[in-house]
Amino acid sequence: MTSIWRNLRSGLIGAGALTLAAAMPASAEKTITAVMHSGLRVMDPVITTAHITRDNAFMIFDTLVALDADFNVQPQMASFEVSEDGLSYTFTLRDGLKWHDGGEVTPADCIASIKRWMVRDGGGQMINDRLESLEATGDKSFVLKLKEPFPYTLEAMAKPSGLALFMMPERIASTPADTAITEMIGSGPFKFVADEFQPGVKVVYVKNEEYVPASGPRSWFSGAKEVLVDRVEWVTMPDAQTSLNALINDEIDFMEAMPVDLLPLIDGMENVESKVLSPLGGVTIGRMNFLHPPFDNKKIRQAALMALSQQDVLTAMMGNPDYFKVCGAIFGCDTPFEFTDGSDTLTSGGDPEGAKKLLEEAGYDGTPVVLMQPTDVGSLTAQPIVAAQALRAAGFEVDMQPMDWQTLVTRRASQAKPSEGGWNMFFTNWIVPEVSNPLANIMLNGRGDKAWFGWPSDPDMEALLAEFAAAPDMDSQKAVAEKLQAHAMDNVSYIHLGQYFNPSAWSTKLSGIEPAPFPVFWGIDKAE
Amino acid sequence: MPIYLARRVLAAIPVMLVVAVFVFLLLRLTPGDPAAILAGDMATPEQLERIRATLGLNDPILVQFVRWIGALLQGDFGTSLISSTPVIDLVADRMWPTIWIALITITLSVIVAVPMGVVAAWKQGSWVDHLVMTFSVLGFSIPVFVIGYLLIKVFAIDLRWLPVQGYKAPSQDLAGFASRAVLPALTLASIYIALIARMTRASLLDVLNEDYVRTARAKGLTETRVLFRHALRNAAVPVMTVIGTGFALLISGVVVTESVYNIPGLGRLTVDSIFARDYPVIQALILLTSGIYVLVNLLIDLSYSLLDPRIRY
Repeated sequence: MTSIWRNLRSGLIGAGALTLAAAMPASAEKTITAVMHSGLRVMDPVITTAHITRDNAFMIFDTLVALDADFNVQPQMASFEVSEDGLSYTFTLRDGLKWHDGGEVTPADCIASIKRWMVRDGGGQMINDRLESLEATGDKSFVLKLKEPFPYTLEAMAKPSGLALFMMPERIASTPADTAITEMIGSGPFKFVADEFQPGVKVVYVKNEEYVPASGPRSWFSGAKEVLVDRVEWVTMPDAQTSLNALINDEIDFMEAMPVDLLPLIDGMENVESKVLSPLGGVTIGRMNFLHPPFDNKKIRQAALMALSQQDVLTAMMGNPDYFKVCGAIFGCDTPFEFTDGSDTLTSGGDPEGAKKLLEEAGYDGTPVVLMQPTDVGSLTAQPIVAAQALRAAGFEVDMQPMDWQTLVTRRASQAKPSEGGWNMFFTNWIVPEVSNPLANIMLNGRGDKAWFGWPSDPDMEALLAEFAAAPDMDSQKAVAEKLQAHAMDNVSYIHLGQYFNPSAWSTKLSGIEPAPFPVFWGIDKAE
Repeated sequence: MPIYLARRVLAAIPVMLVVAVFVFLLLRLTPGDPAAILAGDMATPEQLERIRATLGLNDPILVQFVRWIGALLQGDFGTSLISSTPVIDLVADRMWPTIWIALITITLSVIVAVPMGVVAAWKQGSWVDHLVMTFSVLGFSIPVFVIGYLLIKVFAIDLRWLPVQGYKAPSQDLAGFASRAVLPALTLASIYIALIARMTRASLLDVLNEDYVRTARAKGLTETRVLFRHALRNAAVPVMTVIGTGFALLISGVVVTESVYNIPGLGRLTVDSIFARDYPVIQALILLTSGIYVLVNLLIDLSYSLLDPRIRY
C-alpha cells in the first residue's frame, strides 16, 4: 500500500512539474503584448485597406521598396535603378531573402505579387495602364518597363498605406485578387503563428530567425528591421478602460490607441509612458454627394464649406487642443505638398453669414441635407453633430440620420436619391499618408461613376491629376499640387476638417519605440 | 417519460427550422454589406461589386438560402465571410470561455443565493430579511459594468491580487484560468444572486404557511430539516426555472461583462459578427442559442418531476 502511494505521489509530482514546465514560457523569452486599434479579421492586405490588416502584413511580409521619414523611396528587399528615359525600373533582390516556409525569394514571386496588387490598388492600376512588360532578367533581378514615363511609380510601390505592395510567394500571389488569401507566409521580420490565431481576438508572431535585415538606419518602414524580442502578441480589447487597466497592471506592454480623455489617469505614473507616435496623424473630412440636390450645385457646396469651422469640429472630436491642428492643406500639414489655398474660412472659425449669402445667391430651395451619422465609431460621432449645427446656422435644412457604421458604408454606395435611401453627406478619417499624395488621395478622383463615393465628374481635376502624374520632378509636382489644392477647395471635392493626433501608451519596460505613421515592432526591446 | 422526451426533441426540429428561416431572411433585409467591411474604406464601387460576386452575395436570396440550409443539413455551418475561417471553429473557440464563466457564475449564485433566500423567508420582516432584500435591489439596480470596474479597481489595480482581464483555458493553465474567472463570475453573480435569492424567498413564503410545513414542525423536526427538506423542495420549481433561464441567458452572451474583462466569448463574437454583417457566423450563433434555450427548457421541465413527484410526463 505504501509503495503504491509512493509511486502515485511521485507520479503526481512529476506530472505537476511537467505541467508547470509546459505552462511556463522559457525564462529568457521576451514577449511584447500589444493592444492594437482593432481586432484582426481580414488577413489579405491586397483585398482590404483596413489598417489592422496592413499592420499585420508589415509584421509578416516585406516590401520591395519603402518610404522613409522624409518621404524618400528607399531600397528594402530590392535595390532599384531607373533608366534615364524614365521607362525602365530594374529591381535587384538582396541576398539572404527567404520565405517563412524555407523557399528562396525569386523574381517570379515578386512579379506575381506586383501583378495581383496592380489589379486592386489605385496606384498599381495607374502603373498597369502604362505597363509595357514585367519580366525576370536573372535569378535576382527583374525589370518593369513602361510605355510612357510615370514618375510616381516608385512612390506607389513604396507607399505604406492604402494598399501597400507586399511580396508573397508566387503560389499565394497567384490567388485571384478578389479572393482573400488566408495563408500568411511572408519573408518579413516576424512569422505568423497560425495555430494561435483567433480572428478578432488574438494574433501571435514569433521572431523570424532567418531574417536578414536591410542595411541602413531604421526610418519609418525603411532600413534595418531588427527584431529584438522573441514573440509579439496582439490581443483585442473592445474596452479602452480595460486596456489601460491592463497596461497599468503590467498585463500588456503597448496600447496603440489611447483615448485622450483617459490620459489624466496615467499622469505621474512611473511604469507607463504616453506619446503621439504618428508625427503626421490623421485627417477628418466631410464628403458630399455630387449626384443629387442640394450638393450637385457648386455654390451650395461652397456655402457648406464656408459654414464649417475646423476648430469647432476638432474640439468636439478630440477635446484637448494638444491633440489636433487646424490645417488648411488637403494633402496634410508638414508634408511636401502643404498648400493652404482656399481654406481661409475653414481655418478661421467659419463664416455663417457669408454662407447664408452664398446660399441665397445659389437659390437654395430648402432641400434637406441627409447627413449620415455613425453612432458606433467613437472617432466619427462628433463631426456630424457639429456640422449639422453649423449648416443649420447657415440656413440649411438638415436631416441627420444616426446609424451604425456598417449601415453607413452600405448606404454610401447607393446612388439613389437621398429621399429614397441615398444620402447627401458623411464624414470619415484617413491617416495623412493616405491623402498626402494627389495620386493616392482617392477623394480627388473625378471620374464620375468610377470615382469614390460621392461620384464627382470633374474633368478639370482629372486633367490636373494627369499633369501631376507626368510632372518629372518635385518642383513641378509642387506647382501642380498647389493648383490641385486650389481646385479641390473651389469645387469642394471634399471638406478638409483638420488634422488630429492619437496618442499611444506603453510600458516603460519597452525601449526603441520610434515615431511612424503606424506602429511597427522591429527595433523595440523589452527589459526583464 | 421516454415518449415525452422523444416528443419534445421532435418538437424542437420545426422550432429550429423556423428560427433558421427567420434569421436568414431578417439578416438579408437588414441594411449592411459584408463586402464593404472586407474591402475597406478605399474600395471603389466596381471593386465592391466584384467582391460581392465572389462571396455569392449577388445570388438570389432563395439560392443563398438553399445553399446554406443544404450545407447545414450536412453539418457544415459555412465559412466566415470576413475572416475566411470555418464558422464551427470560430464558435467552438469562443464557446468555452462563455460556458466556463456561466457555470461558475450559476454555481456561485446558487450556493450563495438559495440559503440567503431561505433565511430571508424564515426570518421575514427581520433585519436579515431587510439586508437580503436591500442586496437584492442593489444587485438588480447597479449596472454590471459599474460593479466590474469597481471590482477591478479594488482587487486588480489597488490590491493586485487578481489580473485585470483575459482568459486562459483551464487545460493549459488552471491557476491562470481561476484567477481570471473570479472577477467576471463575481460581477455576473451579483445579478443572479439577487434574482435567485428574491425568487427563493418569495416561493418559500408561499409554502411556509402550508399545512404540511406545520405538520413537519409539529412532528418535532429540526427547523433546518423543515426548511431545506420539506419547504424548499416544494418551493424549488420556480427557482429552478429562474436558474435554468439564467444559465441560458449567460450562454447566449454577456457582452458588457465580456468586454470589461476582455473575455473572448460568444457575446463578443455575436456583436462583432453583427457589426461586420458576417451572415454565416450570426446564423450559426442564433441557431446555437435557440438550441440551448430548447435544451435548457427541456431540462427544466424534466427537473420539475424530480422535485415534485406530483408532476408526471
